[in-house]
Amino acid sequence: MKVDESTVKHLADLSDFRLNSDEAKRLGGDLENIIKYISQLDELDTSDVEPTYQVFEMENVWRNDEILPQDANCEDLLNLTVETIDNQIKVPKVL
Amino acid sequence: MKIADKKTTATELVKTALKKAKEYADYNIFTFIDEDGALKRAAEIDAAIARGEKVGKLAGVPYALKDNFLSPRGETTASAHILQGFKSPITATAVAKLEAEGAIMIGRTNLDAFAHGSSTENSYFGPTHNAVDFERVAGGSSGGSAVAVALDIVEFATGTDTGGSIRQPASFNGVYGLKPTYGCISRYGVVAMASSTDCIGFFSKTPEDMDLLMSIASGQDPKDMTTLPDYYSEAPRGSLSKLRIGVIKEFDNESVDADIRKALKEKCETLKKKGYEIVELEMPALKYALAAYYIIVPAEVASNLSRYDGVRYGFRSKESENLNDLYLNTRSEGFMPENKRRIMIGNFVLSSGFYDAYFLKAAKARTLIVQEYEKAFLKCDFILTPVSPNPAFKLGEKVNDPVAMYLEDLMSVSLNLAGVPGLAIPAGKTNSGLPVGLQLVGPRRSDKKLIEFSKELI
Repeated sequence: MKVDESTVKHLADLSDFRLNSDEAKRLGGDLENIIKYISQLDELDTSDVEPTYQVFEMENVWRNDEILPQDANCEDLLNLTVETIDNQIKVPKVL
Repeated sequence: MKIADKKTTATELVKTALKKAKEYADYNIFTFIDEDGALKRAAEIDAAIARGEKVGKLAGVPYALKDNFLSPRGETTASAHILQGFKSPITATAVAKLEAEGAIMIGRTNLDAFAHGSSTENSYFGPTHNAVDFERVAGGSSGGSAVAVALDIVEFATGTDTGGSIRQPASFNGVYGLKPTYGCISRYGVVAMASSTDCIGFFSKTPEDMDLLMSIASGQDPKDMTTLPDYYSEAPRGSLSKLRIGVIKEFDNESVDADIRKALKEKCETLKKKGYEIVELEMPALKYALAAYYIIVPAEVASNLSRYDGVRYGFRSKESENLNDLYLNTRSEGFMPENKRRIMIGNFVLSSGFYDAYFLKAAKARTLIVQEYEKAFLKCDFILTPVSPNPAFKLGEKVNDPVAMYLEDLMSVSLNLAGVPGLAIPAGKTNSGLPVGLQLVGPRRSDKKLIEFSKELI
C-alpha cells in the first residue's frame, strides 16, 4: 500500500499531530515500510478463527459501589497543571 | 540481598551504589538520581536495625526504578519530553510493595520514550550505552535498568515488558530479566503502553533474587482490575525431574546469530546430561507474531497516548492561540518520532476501511498464537529459545530503519500476545565477547517453577 501525502495528513489529523513537510515525508516512508511488513498477515488463514483482544483469565471484575479514599486529592491534581484559576485548569480559548 | 546480618549498613550500601552511579555517568543510565532521599531512607533503616526493630526482606537494598513507574520521588518522565515536569502525587503499587520491604530507590532509569523501542535510543535524554561494549546499545526499552544491574550499581531494577522490553536488554547485558504471566504484578501507577500486553518485571543477578522480588511484588491489587488472585507464593514447587524442554524448530535458522544458536545447543546438551528430555516443537504461527504485535500494540498505544494533550500534567507547548492548537503543538513537540510512528500506525489499523484487514486480522492471529503455545505445552513443560536473533547491535545501526529495529523483537513478542511468562537468562558470550541471553518460557502461572528451573542452566 502506498502511503501518500494525503494519507499521512489524514493519519496526522487522527493523531492530533501537526507535521512539517520533512517530517511528513520521512514518516510517510516509514509508515509504508511498516504497513508492508504487517500486511504479511494476509498469508495467514484466519477463517473460522475468533479474535482475541485480551489474555486475562477473568471477566467482569466487580467491586462494591462505594467511594473509597483516593491516593491523590483535588489540590494534588490541580498542582500538576501549568495554570489554574478558581480551582479549574486554565487553557487558551476554545473557539 | 540481606543486610540484617549487620556486616554492612544500609548507608554503606547506598553510598556505594551512588558512587558507582556517578562513576558510570557517561553510560547515561539514570534520568534522575535521588542522593538525599536515598541516604535519608538508609539512615532510617539503619536506625531501625540499631533499635532492634524488625526490618523488611529488602532492607537497605539499593535498586533502580525504570522511569515509567509513578512515585513522588523525582519526576516521572517515561523519558518523554511530553511528561517533563510531571511529579506524581501517587506511588505505583509495585514501588510501594518494594519500599515497604525496605528497598531503597537510588535513581530512575532511562528508557525508550514511553517504552517504544528496542535500544533505548528513542529516549528524549539520549541513548544508554551497553554495559559490556560502550559502542553498542543497551537494548530496550528498559535499557537503563538492565545496565544499572549489569554494572553492579544496584542489586536489582524494575522494568516493564510489552514485547521484550525486559528480556532483550537483560540478554544484551548479561543479567536475568523476567516478564511474568500477564496480570501477576499490579500495573497501577505505571505509564501505560499497550494494556493487553504490558507486564511489570525485574532485572536481577540471580534466580534467587528474582524469586524474592516476585514473592514481594506479585498479587492481586484492587487498584488494577487485571491482576490475578495471588498464586505466585502459593504455587507448589513441584518436581523438576522428568521435565521436557521444547526447542522451536522455526527459530533454528541462519537468520539467527551463529553464537546464539550455539549457546542454545550447548544448554540443551547440559539439560540432556542432567536427564531432561529435549523436544523439538513446530510452531508455525509464531512467524506471524511480530506482524500481529505491530498492529495490536500500536492500536493500544494510540488509544493510551491520546491522554497526553498538555492540559492536565507534563509539558505544555507555549503560545497556542486556541485549545486545538494547544493539543496539536504539545503533541507535535512532545512526542519522539517513534511515538508518532506508533500512534499513526495505531490510528491507521483502527481507522474505518482498514480495521477488518488489520486490527481484526491481528486479533485473530493472536488466537492462533495463544493456541500454538497451548499445544506446545502439551508436548513439553518449558520452552528454551533465544531472546533475540542477534546480540547487542551498534548504536545508530538501526535507528533510521524502524522495520529492522522491530525485527529484533521477533522472538520475544509472542509471549506477550499469549500472556505467558518468560525468563531471560545469561548464557555465555559470543566470540567477540558480547553477552548471549536465552529465554525460558512456561505456561501461564508457571513463573515460580520457571525461576526454579533456571538454576539448572547455570
